[in-house]
Amino acid sequence: MSHPHALPAPSLLLAHRRRGLALAGFFLLLLLGGAGVSDPYTANLLIIALLFAGLAQSWNLLGGFCGQISLGHALYFGLGAYLTTLARLDHIPTLAALPAAALVGGAAAVLIGLPVFRLTGHHYAIATLVIAEAVYLLFLNWDWVGAASGLFVSYQGESWLDLSFRTSKFPYLLAMLLYAGGITALAWALSAARLGYDWRAVRDDPAAAASLGVGVHQVKLLAALLSGAGTALGGGLYAAYVNYVDPDSVMASRLSIEIALPAVMGGVGTLWGPLIGAAVEVPVSEFSRSYMGGSGQGFDLMVYGGLIMAIALFRPEGLASLLAGLRRRGRTA
Amino acid sequence: MSAADLAQVAASGLLIGLLYALIAAGLSLIFGLMDVVNFAHGELLMLAMYATFLLNRAAGLDPLLATPLIALFLFALGLVLYRGLMARALTVTVNRGMVQIFITFGLAIFLRGAAQFAFGAEFRSIPKSWLANESARLGPVILPWPQLAAGLIAFLAFLLLFLVLRSEFGRALEATREDREAVALIGIDRERIFALGFGLGTGAVGIAGAALAAFYYISPDVGANFALIAYVTVALGGFGSLAGALLAGILIGEVEAFTAFLLTPSLKQLGMFALYVAVLALRPQGLFGARQ
Repeated sequence: MSHPHALPAPSLLLAHRRRGLALAGFFLLLLLGGAGVSDPYTANLLIIALLFAGLAQSWNLLGGFCGQISLGHALYFGLGAYLTTLARLDHIPTLAALPAAALVGGAAAVLIGLPVFRLTGHHYAIATLVIAEAVYLLFLNWDWVGAASGLFVSYQGESWLDLSFRTSKFPYLLAMLLYAGGITALAWALSAARLGYDWRAVRDDPAAAASLGVGVHQVKLLAALLSGAGTALGGGLYAAYVNYVDPDSVMASRLSIEIALPAVMGGVGTLWGPLIGAAVEVPVSEFSRSYMGGSGQGFDLMVYGGLIMAIALFRPEGLASLLAGLRRRGRTA
Repeated sequence: MSAADLAQVAASGLLIGLLYALIAAGLSLIFGLMDVVNFAHGELLMLAMYATFLLNRAAGLDPLLATPLIALFLFALGLVLYRGLMARALTVTVNRGMVQIFITFGLAIFLRGAAQFAFGAEFRSIPKSWLANESARLGPVILPWPQLAAGLIAFLAFLLLFLVLRSEFGRALEATREDREAVALIGIDRERIFALGFGLGTGAVGIAGAALAAFYYISPDVGANFALIAYVTVALGGFGSLAGALLAGILIGEVEAFTAFLLTPSLKQLGMFALYVAVLALRPQGLFGARQ
């Protein structure tokens, strides 16, 4: 995909459609498979993996397609989670709060982007990290949002309107499938649209993009808007799922890395990358936490950190490239 | 706020600011030389603190005497990390920026896990040292000796860094930083300079860690917050500028001390963040940095 103009347009369109069909088939399979999952542990794992697939796909719009490596997405996630929780405490239906959360997340990303997009490379990455950490500190000391102890939403009965379920996890699975599938569909549609090409041009060479008439600053702001909105939406869904938010679980800098990592591990700027990355990252971190965490404290982090280093060194294009390699080999054989 | 209070807060801010400056100097040096942000910088500080703790527990060595040893240990660790990890990360051709960020992030998570694995998650502190519980009195200002010693050590380390950078080696470093390709033509081994520069940066953080361990608690997560302050210091001072790191570190120490005094200690970093956002909006290249 690095030289799209070298290919004739019809075959490009065909490849785009084929990719869309494959992705749709993948989510359909997940839906069918997910409906059969009754064990709550597996269901929870699937829900969290889908959440992070959607989050990483959102991050990927800005970090992957547009090349602006944000290390502060926990901020948008936290804003969405807090806003949804505050709305629920005020008895506003969760389904009404979620769009508002997305809006606030998108607006925050644009607001931060205005000064920060003048920075490039590492300067940009550090600025996003520091700003998110500043807001985390504010929430940690802000009594109205529960400060360090956070906010808890008590159970008010089963309701689709409030995404509140006690017995079955399937509705949450469905919601997360819609979320991850929706963001993936958006990324798929944009990847072949004018905006997607502008993003990649800005990523590859901002000066050349500007000389071709791409409004670099505006295009970055659009990426931030969609990326921030998608991340905040994920935060809102997470809050509805766990019924509890505090700064450490929804705004800590560790979360910013966990949002970006699936995309980085799977393949940055690709459609499958965040999905594959989440399918690897979430089980690895869950398993190592539950099986190794008890006996050898810290060993889980060593495995996790080692895996990140190994992929960055030996598979810098991400795990999705392994799949592409297999397919190519299959075709020539 | 009386004049005595003012002097007391300013003096505390200066001492901790000197330590911030030294931590940031290591980060800035590495950044200026090879355009890499070491996101494991805080974890190297943490390792230096644990090493000081272990030397103290096993051999009864005072943190003051341990400082040169810890500096050497971190310097050697820096050489190993550069040869084993960073040199490879610098030659990657796909997703370069991404790889360089996440390679050091992976290292940070790994080191944090390793520390927790080896020492447990509990907070530790050095049980006894020569200077513990001793204070110096300067007029109305009372300064605990461990903090005073840490500030002095940081200042001396800075002088040493300036001297090193003015030596033959420093000129080779500067030349490599100016033009990575051309230095090969005049017989400078770029890889060697990069490795030594990386070691110099980690050695600086080693000195800071040993000095800090004398009065600060030690835990696997202790580095994260100091690293954050170091990023802000480097961004304020201008990336790659050593004098900038010194001035910005002291400035942040002062802002923090006065914010804690005027508001509340738990919000002490708010002033630093406000300063950062203001500088970001008005002067993105940092207070003392050249234009990008």
